[in-house]
Amino acid sequence: MILQVQEVSKRFGGLQALTDVNFDLAEREILGLIGPNGAGKTTLFNVINGVYTPEQGRVLFRGEDITRLPSYEVARRGLARAHQVVRPLADLSVRENVMVGACFGREHHGLRPAARLADESLDRVGLADRADQPAGSLNVAQKKRLEMARALAARPYLILLDEVLAGLNPSEIAAMMDTVRSIREDGTTILMIEHVMQAIMSVSDRILVLDYGTLIATGPPEEVANNPQVIEAYLGDPNLTARLLAE
Amino acid sequence: MLDQLVASLTDGILLGFVYGVAAMGLTLIWGVMEVINLAHGPVIALGMFGTYLLFTHLGLNPYLALIPVAGMGLLLGLVIYVIAVQRVINAPPLSSLLSTFAVNMIIIGVCTAIFSTSPQNINYSLGSLSVAFLNINYSRLIGALGAILVTAGLYSFLYFTRPGKAIRAVANNRAAAELMGIPSGQMLALTFGLGTMLAAVAGGLIATFFPFTILSGSPYELKSFVICVLGGLGNPLGALLGGLILGFLEGLIPAFLPVSWVPVLEFGLFVLVLLVRPTGLLGEPSK
Amino acid sequence: MNFWRRPGFWIPLAIVAVWGGVVLLVHQDLMRETAFILLMAVALASSLNILLGYTGYVSFGHIVFFGLGGYTGFYLLSVQGWSLIPAALCGGLLAAVVAGLVGAAVLRLRGAYFALATIGINEAARAFVSNFGPFGGPIGLSINFSAYQKYGGAGDALWYTFIFLWIITMVILLVSYLVKNSRFGLGLMAIREDEDAAMVMGVKAPRAKNITFMISAFFPGVIGTLYFFKNGNLEPGDAFQLNMSIEMLVMVMLGGIGTILGPMAGAVGYQWLRGYLLTSPIFKNLQLAFAGAILLLIILFVPAGAIGWVRHRFRRLQRVLE
Repeated sequence: MILQVQEVSKRFGGLQALTDVNFDLAEREILGLIGPNGAGKTTLFNVINGVYTPEQGRVLFRGEDITRLPSYEVARRGLARAHQVVRPLADLSVRENVMVGACFGREHHGLRPAARLADESLDRVGLADRADQPAGSLNVAQKKRLEMARALAARPYLILLDEVLAGLNPSEIAAMMDTVRSIREDGTTILMIEHVMQAIMSVSDRILVLDYGTLIATGPPEEVANNPQVIEAYLGDPNLTARLLAE
Repeated sequence: MLDQLVASLTDGILLGFVYGVAAMGLTLIWGVMEVINLAHGPVIALGMFGTYLLFTHLGLNPYLALIPVAGMGLLLGLVIYVIAVQRVINAPPLSSLLSTFAVNMIIIGVCTAIFSTSPQNINYSLGSLSVAFLNINYSRLIGALGAILVTAGLYSFLYFTRPGKAIRAVANNRAAAELMGIPSGQMLALTFGLGTMLAAVAGGLIATFFPFTILSGSPYELKSFVICVLGGLGNPLGALLGGLILGFLEGLIPAFLPVSWVPVLEFGLFVLVLLVRPTGLLGEPSK
Repeated sequence: MNFWRRPGFWIPLAIVAVWGGVVLLVHQDLMRETAFILLMAVALASSLNILLGYTGYVSFGHIVFFGLGGYTGFYLLSVQGWSLIPAALCGGLLAAVVAGLVGAAVLRLRGAYFALATIGINEAARAFVSNFGPFGGPIGLSINFSAYQKYGGAGDALWYTFIFLWIITMVILLVSYLVKNSRFGLGLMAIREDEDAAMVMGVKAPRAKNITFMISAFFPGVIGTLYFFKNGNLEPGDAFQLNMSIEMLVMVMLGGIGTILGPMAGAVGYQWLRGYLLTSPIFKNLQLAFAGAILLLIILFVPAGAIGWVRHRFRRLQRVLE
């Protein structure tokens, strides 16, 4: 088990954002996390990578308890993240952005090797020709690819992808899904939040469903898609899910 | 000894009311638009000079003179906003810090040339009130009273008038307020003007207590920072409370330590509060 | 290391080296005094730039390190009879230690809160020193003339001080360059752009900021000692002037934050302007007002500063103007 989330609860003042969340993630698995807006998916990511500390529960990464570690310690242990709201380092070049990932991630590279890794990473996501541009000048889809490249350059064991498909058109989505699959081929485990149902259902080995801070279902995509609770909370039309899975 | 302490504390607390008014201006601007007005000090000093000039050249009662001084403060704030703040309102905080500081330099520079740095004084003594063993200066009492009136006035404005409510809306969420039809730029300008108005009025009141020069605003500006942080940035009532606490400390400390230690403790407290509870005593605790 | 060949590295160093060299050759007192003030401005602005330009943290009270280091060094020189270089280095070291201790707490604050805290620290330090017996309290300290005798009299002592300042300025430029082009510097600039994102990527922000703060405090501490040694006396009012802090900021802004040449250009430009305003009959009384007006114009219209603007406009010069 590369990641074990045990009985995690997180509260913000009067709001209980996460209640007793439990799941495991096996190596090289692609685990999809879905749920309505406000369900606590991003909060869960924040707890996992150290941005928030849960009031209760533990997070174990590769056997180590990382619950109380700050986010930079978690990153150094090989856990990378691509954010939902992209956060490029605007005044730095695209290459420099990715180099930060390579320099401060698991492998701790120096500047020159980091530059090479950055170029490889950019090539992989298709941003190689923009390497010298300031990151702030990219459009949203390119910034999303930059987030991905940055996370990949850190050569993580586990990557958290938060809605990397938002705002992309169908061909961009297909390209991104191919990239996701290739990341898994390389040996990286993936935990991803997505709203684009067809994409996440087709690429994930298992699905977790979060609603109002609690996990209401786990299992393979077909099973989850037919779960009445999930349908009621999120998916809507049961026939639609059958059609989605058929595609 | 106890007599002295009580007298010192009373004086301090009464002064604290006026410190609170001064800080209120700063905290209002900060709370609404997240700008720290580094021209705060010179505006206080201009309030002092305004009252002084009206008193000596027009023979106007200093307390009545506060009304035109308030008006001048409001106008000055509008001007400063338009010139220095409007353009950088959405820029990183450093920009507005430096632009308001530039205004500070300009005001001090020009006024030093006009007024020089010799101290001025408003010779308007009202005598003092005797209560038990205390001799309380009437000017202090009126100052404190004035401060309370001003605070009440500010709250009435913010909570019971349309522009006041608009300001609170803009402070809460500027984009949403604009979508509701509130001209946020005008509201920000008005807020800035109100902030400087409060500073000018406070300056006028202080001028009835002590002699002053154009540079006298600076210590009050520093006190205002301490007070705002103590009371919670953005909270006018907090500013009043902070002012009282500071005034209390200024009355208390000299009884036990030489007066020169007061600034050390003030700024020590300042840094401590920033570290431990940066949202201030009346602010909400941060995550 | 191939940066030895990059023009961005050589140009600032060469300018300062030649400048100092000329002053030494000509060996004229007035020229040395002018150069001292200018080099001091360049050095102070460049030190502040290491914090401000690379991490984005605005210190409004940076002069406190100049004051504390200066007091320490001066005390060691004048009262304890140390020689100049060890005393100055000690002054710098004290400033760095204070920065390390205070920074651990204060660097947790962001943006304007941090700026305010630095003002508070400066004021607290000034008030404290005014009460501190060994440093002469409110009256301050006066030089013990035997300190000058060690160097063969006041005249020669001043020349030694100048040489030391010259060397330190070049060291600061070197350190600025090395930090900027290192992995450490990349982490700092990530912090500047988005501190939380940088931490998520693995940058140990608290430690990095603290180290940077200490480096940026060390040099003003050394320079303070040199300055007060040259002047022969010092009092709390001189050592912790908020205006000097602001001037440091203005110089960095004027030239362009985050570059090596920027603070240098800004310092020279500002000092020249100041000199002109002070001596010009029209502007003499309005010197502060004009400096303020210029600062305002820069903030409103050229926030990237002179060098920043040039680099932006003439992209090819980016390799040369570091």
